[in-house]
Amino acid sequence: MRIDCPYCGARDLREYTYGGAAAYLQRPEAEAEAAADDAAWDAYLHLRDNPAGRTRDLWFHEPCATWLEVERDTVSHEIFATRALAGVRT
Amino acid sequence: MSTRPRSQSHRIPGRGLIDRTKPLRFQFDGRSYEGFAGDTLASALLANGVRLMGRSFKYHRPRGVLTAGSEEPNALVTVLEDGQHTPNIRATMQELYAGLNARSQNRWPSLGFDAMAVNDYASPFLSAGFYYKTFMWPRAFWERLYEPVIRRAAGLGALSGVADTAVYEKAFAHCDLLVIGAGPSGLIAALSAGRAGADVILVEEDRRLGGRLLADQPLIDGKSGVAWAEGIAEELASLPNVRVMTRTTVTGAYDGGTYGALERVGLHLAPRAELPRECFWRITARRTVLSAGALERPIAHPDNDRPGVMLASGLRAYVARWGVNPGPVVVFSTNDSGLEAARALTRMGVEVAAYVDPRAVPVVEEFPVYAKAQVVGTQGRLGLKTAAIQHAGGISQVDARVLALAGGWNPSVHLACHMNGRPAWSEKIAGFVPVADMVPGMAAAGAASGVFSTAGCLADGLKAARAALDDLGIAAPDVPLPLAEDAPYAIAPLWAVDAGGRAWLDFANDVTTKDVALAAQEGFASVEHMKRYTTQGMAPDQGKSSNVGALAVLAEASGQSIPATGTTTFRPPFVPVSIAALGAGGRGEGFAPRRLLTSDAQSRAMGAPMIEAGLWYRPSYYPREGEADWRAACDREVQMVRKYVGITEVGTLGKIDVQGTDTARFLDFVYSNMMSTLKVGRARYGLMLREDGFVMDDGTCARMSDTHYVVTTTTAAAGLVMRHMEFAHQAFCANLNVRFTSVTETWAQFAIAGPRAAEVLATVCEAPELPFMGCAELEIGGIAGRIFRISFSGEMGYEVAVPTRYGADLFAHLVRAAEALGGGAYGMEALNVLRIEKGFLTHAELDGRVTAEDIGLGRMVSAKKDCIGKGASQRPELVAAGRAQLVGLLPVDPAHEISAGAHLYASDAKPLRENGQGYVTSVGPSPTLGQWIGLGFVVNGRKRHGEVLRLYDGLRGRDVPVQLVDPVFYDPEGGRMRG
Ligand SMILES: [Zn+2]
Repeated sequence: MRIDCPYCGARDLREYTYGGAAAYLQRPEAEAEAAADDAAWDAYLHLRDNPAGRTRDLWFHEPCATWLEVERDTVSHEIFATRALAGVRT
Repeated sequence: MSTRPRSQSHRIPGRGLIDRTKPLRFQFDGRSYEGFAGDTLASALLANGVRLMGRSFKYHRPRGVLTAGSEEPNALVTVLEDGQHTPNIRATMQELYAGLNARSQNRWPSLGFDAMAVNDYASPFLSAGFYYKTFMWPRAFWERLYEPVIRRAAGLGALSGVADTAVYEKAFAHCDLLVIGAGPSGLIAALSAGRAGADVILVEEDRRLGGRLLADQPLIDGKSGVAWAEGIAEELASLPNVRVMTRTTVTGAYDGGTYGALERVGLHLAPRAELPRECFWRITARRTVLSAGALERPIAHPDNDRPGVMLASGLRAYVARWGVNPGPVVVFSTNDSGLEAARALTRMGVEVAAYVDPRAVPVVEEFPVYAKAQVVGTQGRLGLKTAAIQHAGGISQVDARVLALAGGWNPSVHLACHMNGRPAWSEKIAGFVPVADMVPGMAAAGAASGVFSTAGCLADGLKAARAALDDLGIAAPDVPLPLAEDAPYAIAPLWAVDAGGRAWLDFANDVTTKDVALAAQEGFASVEHMKRYTTQGMAPDQGKSSNVGALAVLAEASGQSIPATGTTTFRPPFVPVSIAALGAGGRGEGFAPRRLLTSDAQSRAMGAPMIEAGLWYRPSYYPREGEADWRAACDREVQMVRKYVGITEVGTLGKIDVQGTDTARFLDFVYSNMMSTLKVGRARYGLMLREDGFVMDDGTCARMSDTHYVVTTTTAAAGLVMRHMEFAHQAFCANLNVRFTSVTETWAQFAIAGPRAAEVLATVCEAPELPFMGCAELEIGGIAGRIFRISFSGEMGYEVAVPTRYGADLFAHLVRAAEALGGGAYGMEALNVLRIEKGFLTHAELDGRVTAEDIGLGRMVSAKKDCIGKGASQRPELVAAGRAQLVGLLPVDPAHEISAGAHLYASDAKPLRENGQGYVTSVGPSPTLGQWIGLGFVVNGRKRHGEVLRLYDGLRGRDVPVQLVDPVFYDPEGGRMRG
């Protein structure tokens, strides 16, 4: 698999470290500490879809230290889009 | 056994692409022969009249060479060189070199007489599914009896048992257009894209370009195909944007236009130490033309496996390319290419004793034609003598040394199918052809897509190149289509001759038409089931010449059409790839590079045994005269630090330089405790949580300026923490002005620990009055360095850092200074004891399953701010009573030794999982306390100090009572390190 890094271009999978589902970006609010929010933390930390098809997940491009969100297909391995989480610094 | 070389009695004078000025002597099965430069082992053996080259896998039937290419199922040999054995080399691929020494396989004691050939007489009992039916039970017999017997009886070449010392390489390449196969379609495609200026890689398995042009030698633009191919090769070589890779086989197609390819770098030459044998390439291409040609298939007729039976295409290659005349030939063909082969053989002076065709072909040829006929049997134990031809007039026995089978052509669709695509059945050619977009970016051209005439291949190759260039946005040049033969290809497929006796499909694995029919009859009618039941296609050749035939036989036996029966799955690699090539660069230090401390050389010179910590090598202890073992050295080093002063390098700790105007705010977010309140010139112990609330790592944060911190991580977590910090920043607070740089390798850092640490420090710098947990930038021996007053030993101590290149000198100096004060260097063993005595933690304790509260640091999760992991750390199960908490462990009998990994139980409980009370994480012999001490986790442990538990270590047979104590064994108030 080859993933497009906005800084480095298309790079081999072996330069990347997998970072889990993109749902990890929706961090519960800082105030969500109470037990009432246990379910929210549980969902955030543990509950993941496992689709055969389109999915969005996080990849770290080690050489340039950029975290990416990648939209791809788990069956065909086609990559539809990538974006740097922090936007592209110029 | 004679060593006198036989003359090359079967050579046709003047014919072939071999260099007759360069004779080469070689050995096969201990006998010496001669061939020419340009020969393969197979062609040279045939030129010497050798037809018998191996024994089959199961029945040990005598076998000769079937093909002239990498699809060869029969002629597998072992190449011997300098004590190395390379088994399962295809004689058709092994180029001849002077001194080549090859041996046949799967025979004992000799190729001509093989004791295991009794299997052949037992064949009625060894049919499909034999293993499954016979070796079912008793189960205990499998390992001791059945498996060893089967492995010995059946099998391929044996390994030498000696490690392979040869060199293998890996390499990477990128291109606009990858062209796989350099026959007419591939050559014209590469030429077209090359002239267009595209970055082209042309990969060819053979030593030279041309593909079937080298064997069939048709006319192109009025000149021979060989000359035409040579002309193209010359032009390609002159184009700087075209790379031609010969002796290279593309082995697999993968995601994103990535292809694996195996290059034979030195295998065709006598071994040379400096030359790699093979190189495994990973080629990334924006577009690919699959012009891999087609493979001819045999016909399953009775006794079609004798030495001398080969494919018509293979025979044609041996005659035209290598000038071999193997003797009178019977051609058995179902299609026009076989008829053309018979004509070509005749033109080249080979006697065609009979042309046999089940079709109603015209009989007017320069050789005897048997129309509406078929071969129904053969004779000749170690080599073909006669073929039995059944025709309208009865059965004729025709003398022949070679039987050439032409059962039609299978396009080489393999690579197109590697990403799970399924090829389509073409009635016209009676074969599978690729469909569009099976592999994104790849298009098949020429024979690989079912186009068999030379003119058709050239046109198809040109078309494929144009389409690829169009996709790439490159203007296609005007390459004229050369003139060439455009003969139609007609076939009336005949898969199996039904005339009794055994008709072979898979020569390599000894699968006959009866086996396939039996599989269908016994319910294994799905193609994937039949394959596994009969082992059809599971030999090294992966059924390249036999799968389609077997499929057709299965279709007939199960009453289905061929397309309805379907194909088995095509998987990489296309040809066998040696593990050594695949793993090139991954042996020894290529697998695990060594990270060395700046003090490494001196530590080794001081006799310190090294211990691995990840990729790092750290000194275990520094033995001195008269010390019996590690324990004596460790005891001394611990006491030395407690009484005087010790030096150890701590450079393996991860160091991250964090800078930016928002650094303090950011560190508050990734550490559980406050870092923004840290004053410049001070350091603080920090705890980092994972988002799920468990402890990820610990370390120190030192504030060098308002906007500049230096943070340390544990040795193991250096990379992890760096990724984590980048993530926290980029994902959650990218607006913060902060950047990270790993400086682990930039700084050499040493701990100076012990009551006399300040005296040692004074020898290298004008030490400022640093408070406990103070830090400063200053000159150390004239070098800009850093100093931190931190302690992992519990004694008064400093850590000093200088740029890595000064590390070795500084270490030598510090050790000398310490020795002058009664101290010296200390290693990992002592460091570990020192920290256990103080209850300091490592990843033995911080194992990813403990919370801050579990280790007694709950107060370090600041209530004043949010941080990664804070929310989840408040979840009910993480704050519930009954969690295991950090405790110190002291054997009740001071003479008892304890061990990490042991489990803890109530004194009267059985050591069973359900009775578990906790476990031991670290132990060490404490000279300070005069006994072994340990750290561990015990349910509600903090409230149970004083209680005695049973420490049980089933692995080491240890069962001792231990008392739970405070995890800080030594100087609990910390007065010694505060000074
Ligand atoms: Zn990048």
